Amino acid sequence: MAKLLRIFLWLTVAALGTLAVATIALHRGEQISAMWLVLAAACTYALGYRFYSKFISAKVLALDALRATPAERLDNGRDFVPTNKWVVFGHHFAAIAGPGPLIGPVLAAQFGYLPGTLWILAGAVFGGCVQDFVILLFSVRRDGKCLTEMAHDEIGRVGGFVAYVAVLSIIVILLGAGALIVVNALKSSPWGVFTIAMTIPIAVLMGFYVRRLRPGKVLESSVLGFVLVILAILAGQWISQNATTAPWFTFTAPTLAILIIVYGYAASALPVWMLLAPRDYLSTFVKLGTIGLLAIGIVIWHPTLHMPPLTRFVDGTGPVFSGSVFPFAFITIACGAISGFHSLISSGTTPKLIRRETETRMVGYGAMMAESLVGILATIAACVLQPGTYFAINSPAGIVGKTADTAAATISGWGFPVTADSMHALAQAVGEQTLFNRTGGAPAFAVGMAQIFSNSLGGQAVMALWYHFAIMFEALFILTVLDAGTRVGRFMVQDALGHLWRPLGRTSWYPSILATSALIVGAWGCFLWQGVKDPLGGINSLWPLFGICNQLLATVALCVATTIIVKTHKARFAPVTLAPLAWLIAVTFTASWHKMFDPNPRIGFLAHARQLAAGLPSHEVSRLIFNDRLDAVVTGVLVSLVTLILLESAWLWIRVVYGSKQVEVREVPFVMTRFAEEQG
Amino acid sequence: MNLTVWLTRTATLFVSCMREIFDESAYARFLRRGRMSSSAESYADFCREQAASKARRPRCC
Repeated sequence: MAKLLRIFLWLTVAALGTLAVATIALHRGEQISAMWLVLAAACTYALGYRFYSKFISAKVLALDALRATPAERLDNGRDFVPTNKWVVFGHHFAAIAGPGPLIGPVLAAQFGYLPGTLWILAGAVFGGCVQDFVILLFSVRRDGKCLTEMAHDEIGRVGGFVAYVAVLSIIVILLGAGALIVVNALKSSPWGVFTIAMTIPIAVLMGFYVRRLRPGKVLESSVLGFVLVILAILAGQWISQNATTAPWFTFTAPTLAILIIVYGYAASALPVWMLLAPRDYLSTFVKLGTIGLLAIGIVIWHPTLHMPPLTRFVDGTGPVFSGSVFPFAFITIACGAISGFHSLISSGTTPKLIRRETETRMVGYGAMMAESLVGILATIAACVLQPGTYFAINSPAGIVGKTADTAAATISGWGFPVTADSMHALAQAVGEQTLFNRTGGAPAFAVGMAQIFSNSLGGQAVMALWYHFAIMFEALFILTVLDAGTRVGRFMVQDALGHLWRPLGRTSWYPSILATSALIVGAWGCFLWQGVKDPLGGINSLWPLFGICNQLLATVALCVATTIIVKTHKARFAPVTLAPLAWLIAVTFTASWHKMFDPNPRIGFLAHARQLAAGLPSHEVSRLIFNDRLDAVVTGVLVSLVTLILLESAWLWIRVVYGSKQVEVREVPFVMTRFAEEQG
Repeated sequence: MNLTVWLTRTATLFVSCMREIFDESAYARFLRRGRMSSSAESYADFCREQAASKARRPRCC
C-alpha cells in the first residue's frame, strides 16, 4: 500500500512538472504567473534528486555507508571535522552561492524567460548538480584533495597545469566583471555609494564588538551590523537629497573604477583582515537573508511575468550582450546551471566536513539545486519588469543613444514600449537620477527585486529603500568576492613564482606580497578599465569571457570525473559526466570561436578591432583595439589549454577501455567507519 | 514525532547551521582543542589561525 502511494505521489509530481514546463514553454501571446516557473523548478528538482541522483549514488559512484570519510579519520577539530549533514549543506550552499546566479539569468532574460529557465533546470539536474556531487565524492575519497591536485594525479601533469591556469584566469576575469557590475550600479548614485562606504566603519565596529566586547559572538555582531546597514540605507536617502552632501558621494564610472582598484590592492596587500572578516560575515548574513526574503516575496506576491517567453533577440542582435541564443544563453548563465567554480568548493572545504559518504548526495547534488533555484528567482526578478524598462536599464548608450528620448525611441522601435517620462518616474521612485544605460544586470535585478519586495511589504512608498537595499546587497557581496579573490589569486601567483625564486613564494615576505598583489589587481583592473571605457558597456565583452572561463573550468572538472569513472572500470556509466561534458565543449568552443572570429564587430573581438582600425586613429582607439586583441588572445589560450586536457583525457580513456593501460585509482584505502551502526 | 519536537529539532539545526557558517562552532572547537576559555586573547589567536586558512579559500562566483 505504501509503495503504491509512493508511486502515485511521484507520478503526481511528474505530471505537475510536465504541466508547469509545458505552460512556460508553450504559452504565447499572454502573460503567465511566475509561480509556474517556481512549480516547474520544484518538480524538476524533486524528480532529479529522487531518481537521477539516486541512480548516480547507487550505480556510478557506489556510495559506501561503511567507508570512513577523511573528516572522521583525520578529525583534528580544525579543518577535518565530522559535521551534521544539514549543517554541511548550509555551509556548502553559503559557499557556492555568489553573485553569478543573480546576474547571469538577469542578462540572459534579453532572450525572454524561456531559454534561461529551461537551461537553468536542465543544466542543473544533468550538469551542475552532477559535477558538484561527483567532484565532492571523489575529493572525499582522496582526503579532501583540491581539483588541481586531482587533475594532476588522475589525468597527468598537463591536466594539473591547465586546471591551475583556468582557475587563475577565471578569478581574474570574474573580479574584473564583478568590479564593473559594482561600478555600473554605483555610478552617479550618492545613495548607493554612501551606503557601501558606511559598511567600512560598520565592519570596524563589528570587529571591535566581536573581538573585545563579546569575543566569538559573530552572529550577534552580524545582526548588529545588519541593523546599522539598514540605518545607513535610511541615512543614504537624506544624503542623496541634500544639495551639500550629495556631491561628496557622486562619482563617475572611471573614478569609481580607480577607487575599487585601490580598495582591491589595499585589501590584498595590507593587514586589514580585521576589517574584511566582519564585512565577510555581514555579507553572508545579508546574502542568506535576502535570498530567503526574495523567495518569500515571490511566493506571497506571485507576480506576473511581463517579459515574453522568447524575444526577437534570440537571433543575436540583443542590446544587453550580442550573440545568438546558442551558445550565448548557455555561457551567460553559468552559476545556476553549471559552474566550474563550484568544483573548487566541492574539492576544498566541504569534503573535510562530510561525516558519511552517503551524505555527499544531499550536500553536493542538493546544494546545487538550491543555487539553481536562486537562478530561477533572479530570472523572475528580471522578467517581472516591463520589457521596455528592462532594455532601457540594460542597454548601453552606444546602442540605444545617449539621451533619454533617443533611448526610449530606439527601444520602443524594437517593439518594447517605454517612454522617457516613465523611466524618469521609475528613477525617482527608486531614488536615482536616471536608470538608462545601467548595464551589468545589478540595477535591473535591484529594480525587479524592489518591485517584488514593495508589492509584498510596504507598498510603493518604500520602493526606493528596497532598491538601495538590493544595490547594497549586491555591491557588498561582490566587493567581498573581490577582496577574497584578490588574496586567493595572490597566493596562487606566489606559489607558482616560489618555484622560480623561493623568497617570492613566502606569503609573509612583504616585497613579494606587494608585487604579486599588484600583478593580480593590475590584471583584473585592466579588464575593469576596459569595461568602463567600452562604448558597448563592457559587460558585452566581459561577461561572455567570464562565462567561457567558468564553463571551461567545468570542462576540466568533468574530465577529471570521467577519468576517475573510467579508471574504476565503470565506463558504461561514463555518459553521466560525458554528456554534460560534450554539451559544454559544444557550447564553450562555439562561443569562443564566435567571440574571436565572428565577422560581426558586436560579437567578434577581432572584427571589432578591425572596424576600429578602419576609423580615425587616436590614442583612445588604439587602446580599444589592444583590448579587443587581448580578449581574443585570452580566449584562444584558454581554449587551447582545455583542448590539451581533453586530448590527454580522451587518450587515457581509450587506453583504459581497450585494456592497453593498467591504471590505479588514487583513492585512500578503505577504513571502516565508527558511525556504521547509525542509519543511512 | 510531534510538532513541538520537530520544531525544536529544526530550530536547533538551523542555529547549528548558522553557527557553522559564521564560525562560532569553529571557535568553540578551537577553545576545546586548546582547553581555553573564551576571551579577547583567545579569540585573537583563533582569528590568526582562521586568517591563514580562510585567505586561501576561493569565494564562489
